[in-house]
Amino acid sequence: MLKMTHLSKVYRTEVVETYALRDFNINVNEGEFVAVTGPSGSGKTTFLTIAGLLETFTGGQYHLDGVEVSNLNDNERSRIRNEKIGFIFQAFNLIPDLNVFDNVEVPLRYRGMKAPERKQRIMDALERVGLASRAKHYPAELSGGQQQRVAIARALAGSPRLLLADEPTGNLDTQMARGVMELLEEIHREGATIVMVTHDPELAARAQRNVHIIDGQVVDLAEDPRFHHAVHAARANSPA
Amino acid sequence: MFAYYLQLGLRSLRKNPLLTVLMVMAIGCGVAASMTTYSVFRATSNNPIPNKSSQLYVPQIDNWGPEEAAENKGEPPSSLSYTDAINLMRDKRAKRQTALYPVALSIVPDDMNMLPFRENSYAVYADAFPMFDVPFLFGGGWTASEDNAHAAVAVIGRELNDKLFHGANSVGREINLNGRTYRITGVMDTWNPEPMFYDPVNTNAFADPTEVFIPYTRAIELEMPTFGNNNCNKDPGNGWDSWVHSECVWTGFWVELPTKADADAYRRYLDGYVAEQQRSGRFKWPKNNRLRNVTEWLDFQKVVPQEAKVSLLVSMGFLLICLVNTVGLLLAKFMRRAPEIGVRRALGASRKEIYTQFLIEAGAVGLAGGVVGLLLTGVGVIGVSLVFDPQIARLAELDTSLVALTLLVAVLATVLAAFYPTWRAAQVQPAWQLKSN
Repeated sequence: MLKMTHLSKVYRTEVVETYALRDFNINVNEGEFVAVTGPSGSGKTTFLTIAGLLETFTGGQYHLDGVEVSNLNDNERSRIRNEKIGFIFQAFNLIPDLNVFDNVEVPLRYRGMKAPERKQRIMDALERVGLASRAKHYPAELSGGQQQRVAIARALAGSPRLLLADEPTGNLDTQMARGVMELLEEIHREGATIVMVTHDPELAARAQRNVHIIDGQVVDLAEDPRFHHAVHAARANSPA
Repeated sequence: MFAYYLQLGLRSLRKNPLLTVLMVMAIGCGVAASMTTYSVFRATSNNPIPNKSSQLYVPQIDNWGPEEAAENKGEPPSSLSYTDAINLMRDKRAKRQTALYPVALSIVPDDMNMLPFRENSYAVYADAFPMFDVPFLFGGGWTASEDNAHAAVAVIGRELNDKLFHGANSVGREINLNGRTYRITGVMDTWNPEPMFYDPVNTNAFADPTEVFIPYTRAIELEMPTFGNNNCNKDPGNGWDSWVHSECVWTGFWVELPTKADADAYRRYLDGYVAEQQRSGRFKWPKNNRLRNVTEWLDFQKVVPQEAKVSLLVSMGFLLICLVNTVGLLLAKFMRRAPEIGVRRALGASRKEIYTQFLIEAGAVGLAGGVVGLLLTGVGVIGVSLVFDPQIARLAELDTSLVALTLLVAVLATVLAAFYPTWRAAQVQPAWQLKSN
């Protein structure tokens, strides 16, 4: 589903080159739930934005759903983002001027979908996250957990092949975080491929597979016993 | 998607009413200033007879010599002497031709309750009516034989016909002009070409319409002096005959030359005519003729007032300043929405979609500015007499075409002003926006 080979991302200024990703290799299979962990500044979010075609990369190869994406133009990248990828952000990133219904509608509008189909998909997605009754509410009228559920509904409405989640529970309290995580697991069980960036070892433990990034490179968990231990402990304590 | 983007644009405009009002007022004021002055410029630079402006010509002949011409940038006099006018009429080298000059005619109504009054009047030849495409309500012009017979005939305007005959068909009836009786051959429908191309020399080209035409030959026979300019380079002497046969220039002259070949032939004819005058010893200088069509003639006569050009340029500058302000306001408005742009890009909006969304929003601002501009243009058109002569100011009007133009200019100018802010908006890097959130 997602395969990066020897990928690099360099931020250049006149005096310095900073490698955000270096010789980065990852392969996520269809239907997998992968947690990407690592310390702050390790390159997790950069990986996610490149994976989501929000940013270009400097070198290497990236195949998404069998398509090499490095030579795609803006229109093609936008179309793939719209049709194949769903995003869930830490800060929810709902548009404050639009109500819940209109927020979920945004990606469907860019797909050129007819109004009846849009409405059906929006209501289905909102039902799924338990917010159908809040369709006319504005983001400011919802709790953080509800806003993140709206963001998930927005990501799900377009039936994406790949869900990219960047610290999806980072701004939520424990109870809300648990609810959101359960929702992601449910979505995964229904066949979605999910790549989730997180700081939280407990959340990472609930994924099928963990990928650890340090200094812009994927490292073998076995080489980092502290993290391995943390994940192991979290898995042992997990209610599921 | 157009309706969706328009809906988003209107929502965004409602969200920041102060900013929206500032932008709308900036565009409205700029457009109103430029459209008000444009309405004056348009009227004064109008082609008064578009179907024939390239077929009607004014011949000019230098009967004064290079010294006087030097004082007029080498140009021959704008009018002809009676001698030259009559010679050109006699030769009849054009399809149609007419000499003309303004005359002072007092109309003495049959109704004893009405006092005599004066109307703008011209002495012309019969060809003038078909040449100038004069529309007739009743009857028509007189005939060439009536020109030759110096007949007491007249063509009157619709307004005068309404005044004297209550709008009835007055063809064949009589009218008293300067105490003499004239038979009416035709009643013109409303005809007031602006600028008044056939005689800008004796008017400012924006006079009230001519209400009476009589034969040129009749006016000369009755020794009617010109009611317009009479320019002499030396004393013409005393008496009618010496004035008429002097080198004083006071009569206008028009010829109709349908094709370029006709015009070229007429130019050769004028050269030949001047050569003939040189041989006879009347002209002792090289030929200095002109043959100008309507638009060239109006341009030469500087019919468009200088203040109309200057005020148009100033108002265009003002519009530009307003648009520069609008660029700044739009830039501030659009870039405040960088997070939204980032989200939209992440959810599948291409740069093209962002361009479209924000240009449509700018178009909505422009349309609102256009509506405000229309109201202000209406006020401006009323107040234009504070700057221009009343006869020119009355030409400025807010007609359908100006309404459409005002709205169009407002929308196009705003969309143009929005290109840079929109380009900046489309450059928003979604990754950075989403990371920074």
